[in-house]
Amino acid sequence: MMQPYIPRVPDRAGKWLIALGFFFVFLLLILPLLLIVFAAFSGGWALFSSNLLDTDMLAAIRLTLLVAVLTVPVNLIFGILIAWCVTKFHFVGRKLLIVLIDTPYAISPVVAGLCYLLLYGSQSWLGGWLDSHGIQLIFAWPGIVLVTIFVTSPYVARELIPLMEVQGTDGEEMAVLLGAGGWSIFWRIVLPNIKWALLYGTVLTTARAVGEFGSVAVVSGSIRGQTNTLPLHVQLLHQDYNSIGAFTASLLLASFAMLTLILKTIFEYRQGKKLAASRD
Amino acid sequence: MIRRKARVLPGLTLSLGVSVFYLSLIVLLPAATLVMQFMQITWEQMVFYITDPRLLASLRVTFLAAGLTSLFNALLGLLLAWILVRYRFPGRKLVDTLIDLPFALPTAVAGLTLSALFAQNGWVGRWLVPLDINVSYTFLGIIVAMVFTSMPFVVRTLQPVLEDLSPEYEEAAESLGASTWQVFFRVILPHIRPALLIGTTLAFVRSLGEFGAVIFIAGNMPYETEVASLMIFTYIGEYNYSAAATVAMLMLVISLLLLLFVQVMQNRYSERYHSD
Repeated sequence: MMQPYIPRVPDRAGKWLIALGFFFVFLLLILPLLLIVFAAFSGGWALFSSNLLDTDMLAAIRLTLLVAVLTVPVNLIFGILIAWCVTKFHFVGRKLLIVLIDTPYAISPVVAGLCYLLLYGSQSWLGGWLDSHGIQLIFAWPGIVLVTIFVTSPYVARELIPLMEVQGTDGEEMAVLLGAGGWSIFWRIVLPNIKWALLYGTVLTTARAVGEFGSVAVVSGSIRGQTNTLPLHVQLLHQDYNSIGAFTASLLLASFAMLTLILKTIFEYRQGKKLAASRD
Repeated sequence: MIRRKARVLPGLTLSLGVSVFYLSLIVLLPAATLVMQFMQITWEQMVFYITDPRLLASLRVTFLAAGLTSLFNALLGLLLAWILVRYRFPGRKLVDTLIDLPFALPTAVAGLTLSALFAQNGWVGRWLVPLDINVSYTFLGIIVAMVFTSMPFVVRTLQPVLEDLSPEYEEAAESLGASTWQVFFRVILPHIRPALLIGTTLAFVRSLGEFGAVIFIAGNMPYETEVASLMIFTYIGEYNYSAAATVAMLMLVISLLLLLFVQVMQNRYSERYHSD
C-alpha cells in the first residue's frame, strides 16, 4: 500500500484554485443556508413563531415525524440483515441482491411514487381489494410511509456493506469457535464494529425520510392538515404566496440537514479511528 | 478452482430469507407493477404518447440540462476534490462537511431557496438580471437546481482516488521535464478518469430524475422549461396512468442502463487497482 497524499500548504496557483472553490461553495451552499435563516425571520420574531405554531404547520410536523419514526426502524433492521448476508456469506445470486438494494437510487422519486400508486391505488386489484375492506393506503399516511421506506431502503445497507466487507469474518468465526450464539455474536462482535457507520446510516435515513418530496407528492394527495408532510407544506405555502411561512418550514428542514452533517462528521471520525485501530 | 469453505457463521438462512422477502415486497413488487402496466399499453398508444411534441420538448430539456449539469459538475467536482485533497487551508474541514449538504437538504427546500436567491430581487439575481442573465424561471434555473442536487457525486468519487495518487509519480514526471499541464493530462487524468466518469454518470442519473428542486425554479412553461419528471407528475394528476407509465419506463430503463455501466466500470476498475 502506497502512502496516501498528504495535503500541503498551497502555492500561488493553489491559492487561486482554493479561492475559486470557495466562490462556488459560498454561492451554492453557504448563501442558500443564510438566505433560509434570513427569509424565515424577515417578518420578525412574532410572525416566525405564529407561522411555526400554525395548525397546518404543526400537523405537517407531526406527520413528518410519524413517517420518520415508522420508516427508520424498519430500514435499520432490514439494512443490517441485508448487509450481514451479502458481506459474510457467498451464495448464488449475491451480486443480484446487491443490485436490487441499489435499485431505488436509479428510480426517480416521481417514478417511485407512480409504482406505489399503480400497486396500491384504488384502480388496481390489490388497492380495490384493500378498499373493499376499508383500508386506504394511497392518499393517506400509510402510502406515504410505504413509499418513504422504498426511497430510503438503500441507505443503511449501503453504509454498512463496504465496512463489513473490509472487516471480514475472522472475529465472528472466532466467537463461534468459542461457543458464542447468534445473539451474543451480534451484540458483542458485529455491533461494536459497525456502531458508528450504523449510526450514520440511521441519521442519513432519517434525513431522507424527513425530506422526501417527489414520491410523497404523488401518493399523498396533499390534503392540508391531513396528508401534508413538511416538504409538501413548503410547496403549499409557496403556492399560497406565503413566502415567509415557506421559509419557516424550510428552516426547520435545513436545521435538521445541518444536524445530519454535523453528526456525519463526528461518526465518520469515530469510525475512522476504530478502523485505524483495528488495522494496527 | 476454489474449494468451498464450510460455513461457520450462523444466520444465513434467516438473513437471506428475510432480505429477499423484504426487497421483493418493497422494491420488486412495485417495480413489477409498473412493468405490468406498461405491458398493457398497445404499440399505437405508446407511439401516440411518445410523439407528443410537448413530451418530446420536455425530454430534450431534461437531457440537455442534465448533460450540461454533469459537464459543469465534472469540472466543479474536480476542482473541489483537488483542493480538499491537495491543500491545507483554513476552512477545509467546513468545506468538506458542507459538500454533503445537497444530500441532506430536502429538494423542495433547495428549489425554493435557489429560486429566491436568483430571482430578480434576490441576493444573487439582483446582480445578474441587469446583465441580462435570468436564472429563476428559465432553462438556466433548471441547470442551477440540478447542479446543486448532484454536486456531491463527483467530489465524493474523486476524493479517495486522488488521495491514493502517490506524489512520487508526479515528482518522477516533473524530474523528467514534464510541464504542469503535461503532468496533469498524462499522469493525473488517466489515473482519475474512471472515477471521474463514474461520478459524472451518477450526477447525470440523479439530474435526469430530479423533481423537487427543479419545479420550484424552472417556471414549468410547456415546451420550454418543463422536465420529464414533471410530465409524469402531470399525467398522474390527469389519471392518464398509461402515459405516465410509458414515460416512467423510458426514464427507468435509461437510468438502470447507466447504473449498470457504472457497476461494470467499478468492477473493472477495482480489478485493475487491486492487481497493482
